[in-house]
Amino acid sequence: MRNQPPLSLHIPAPHARPGEKPDFSYLTFPEPGAARRPHILTPEAEMRDMPYSLIRVLAEDGRAIGPWAPHVAPETLRRGLRAMMLTRFFDDRMFAAHHQGKTSFYMKSTGEEATAAAPSLALLPGDMCFPTYRMVSFLMARDYPLANLVNQIFSNAADPMRGRQLPLLYSARDYGFYSLAGNVGSRFGHAVGWAMASAYKNDDKIAMAFVGDGTTAEGNFHEAMVFASVYHAPVILCVTNNQWAISSYQGIAGGEETTFAARGIGYGLPGLRVDGNDFLAVYAATQWAAERARANHGATLIEFVTYRVAGHSTNDDPSRYRPSDEARAWPLGDPIERLKAHLIALGEWSEAQHEALARALHEEVRAAAKAGEALGTLGQNPPPKREMFEHVFKTPDWRNLEQRRECEVAP
Amino acid sequence: MSEMSMIQAIHSALDVMLGRDPNVLIFGEDVGYFGGVFRATEGLQAKHGPTRCFDTPLSEGGIVATAIGMGAYGLRPVVEIQFADYILPAYDQLVSEAARLRYRSGGEFWAPITVRAPYGGGIFGGQTHSASPEALFTHVAGLKTVIPATPYDAKGLLISAIEDDDPVIFLEPKRIYNGPFDGRHDQPARPWTGQEGSEVPEDYYKVALGSAAIRRQGRAVSVLAYGTMVHVALRAAEESGIDAEVIDLRSLVPLDIDTITASVNKTGRCVIVHEATRYSGFGAELSALVQERCFYRLEAPITRVTGWDTPYPHAFEWDYFPGPQRVAEGLRRALEA
Repeated sequence: MRNQPPLSLHIPAPHARPGEKPDFSYLTFPEPGAARRPHILTPEAEMRDMPYSLIRVLAEDGRAIGPWAPHVAPETLRRGLRAMMLTRFFDDRMFAAHHQGKTSFYMKSTGEEATAAAPSLALLPGDMCFPTYRMVSFLMARDYPLANLVNQIFSNAADPMRGRQLPLLYSARDYGFYSLAGNVGSRFGHAVGWAMASAYKNDDKIAMAFVGDGTTAEGNFHEAMVFASVYHAPVILCVTNNQWAISSYQGIAGGEETTFAARGIGYGLPGLRVDGNDFLAVYAATQWAAERARANHGATLIEFVTYRVAGHSTNDDPSRYRPSDEARAWPLGDPIERLKAHLIALGEWSEAQHEALARALHEEVRAAAKAGEALGTLGQNPPPKREMFEHVFKTPDWRNLEQRRECEVAP
Repeated sequence: MSEMSMIQAIHSALDVMLGRDPNVLIFGEDVGYFGGVFRATEGLQAKHGPTRCFDTPLSEGGIVATAIGMGAYGLRPVVEIQFADYILPAYDQLVSEAARLRYRSGGEFWAPITVRAPYGGGIFGGQTHSASPEALFTHVAGLKTVIPATPYDAKGLLISAIEDDDPVIFLEPKRIYNGPFDGRHDQPARPWTGQEGSEVPEDYYKVALGSAAIRRQGRAVSVLAYGTMVHVALRAAEESGIDAEVIDLRSLVPLDIDTITASVNKTGRCVIVHEATRYSGFGAELSALVQERCFYRLEAPITRVTGWDTPYPHAFEWDYFPGPQRVAEGLRRALEA
């Protein structure tokens, strides 16, 4: 006879479902400025409180406070703001283009713009970012041509990916943006290898890689963490915790009992947990980890806490699994509004400038979309068929050549 | 020139490439200080330094992932998977990443990596030390697959693989690491000394990927083989007295289709031999290619002699392994029709 109750299987469930009141009580948000800022050379063992804290810089009134407030030129902040605004307008336009049948697919990054725009400006030229598919603001912050993005989304003759890739799966080597793929997490270890190569060559470049909260459950995440730790790879490994992996809340990924930043502890890597909607905090944490990596002290794990405001993709309807007003209830606000308030508080920005910029960016996006549409949307004016057989290998083998001929004469 | 076993030839290729190209580095499980469980990397760490040849965590996925990242940076990593049977945790990296990186990025990034893995049976290795997974790689667009059958080829092909800008799966038939094996397990093992293909230049040379070698000229039937099975096929031809033309494919991708079709068009008959299981094995592709290209010259159905469609068993080693008697029987079948 057993003298204890029978076992029961625990299935994590989000705190609110459709029709219920949004509930973020599972998250704790320390005040801006509260988190301490250890020296970059501090041993990991002396930083084990950090993954349970939250690095925040921007106060309610827009001031930057506390030890993490970075020294960033107002010009850089304005670039970041511009990149985030451009991303949001671009997302809206391309989402609409999907509804108009001009492309097969799109994914917005609404609410998460700071997590890519700030690292883009904090990294140095020559560093390499291994992004997720929700990080176009990284490219926006580096003035990557909108035409390339539009043509890629429309898979037209000018698509830099030659019509081979789903929309959003960009590659921009010259901009420090590694080739994307649809499968999640499998580039995380590439970043570690890239960083190991830099160290092997006694270079000064570092790598930065991103996965979402859901993807931390993939074996790739563990493999990358082990290798980064073992070889002290100069890499910044990031988890963008936007609370949702399609319809699964972050508790299903293992976030119910701990933080994703705390995953670093088991690998001996410093773990920072950062307000992902705070441009300055994201910038400062990236810079801290970058300095640590460049000082040959190895990898850092950063969790950016944010919220996926939009649906997962054009194929998703979030109202079927979460409260429709959950995004509005998100306690960390909107990254664009918060940076705007900061710049205004600094006296480096104004409502009038903001409106003027918004109009200019709207027009820029409109013009780029029009130009791309003129070149061709999905199915119109695609790249030549022969492109299908290029780049399988450096030099096509006889199969590529035979099949190319077969395809070109096919009715 | 000096006489080398296949393992020495592989070791020599790695040593030569470490010496020639500072972008070449080697890593894998136990390959560093210890020199590898098959001694392929013995002494390389001491000679070239610990950052050129080092040990890794037990993580095939991690090994290949980091190699791809290094390749993207500009290095030429050569990694070892201890047994081909254990390559599967790296399969996602090989299929989804290494094979497609150049294609999907429009040529912006590529993976000039070489993945060495001892493979094949005939050693009482049981289910996880004997497998021949080549078809898992030949089926993947963007991967090259290479299998040597002699020490000379092993070194020359490995150097070609390392210098190749595409990802290469380099499968090493471990049964013939130390001597050629013709399937006559009842006879004493022979060393490579004195055997054809064991004279190996000490310095740099290449054997081009995509070129087959005709190991025995013949008129009666074409035998398509690679790895250990080349030696088995030669033995089968000798024992059966059948004038077989034995072709060592050397690389499965890219495949030397011209040598194959020329031979089958000459003999009118074709026997395909591999250790791997039959169903959807690489032999099926070879059979289809020969059928498509040589149909009007064929005088008999194409015959396959392969491992059975079972996991590789331990106690039934010699019932499973396609030995010279089974291959000779295949040759006779091809001649009877």
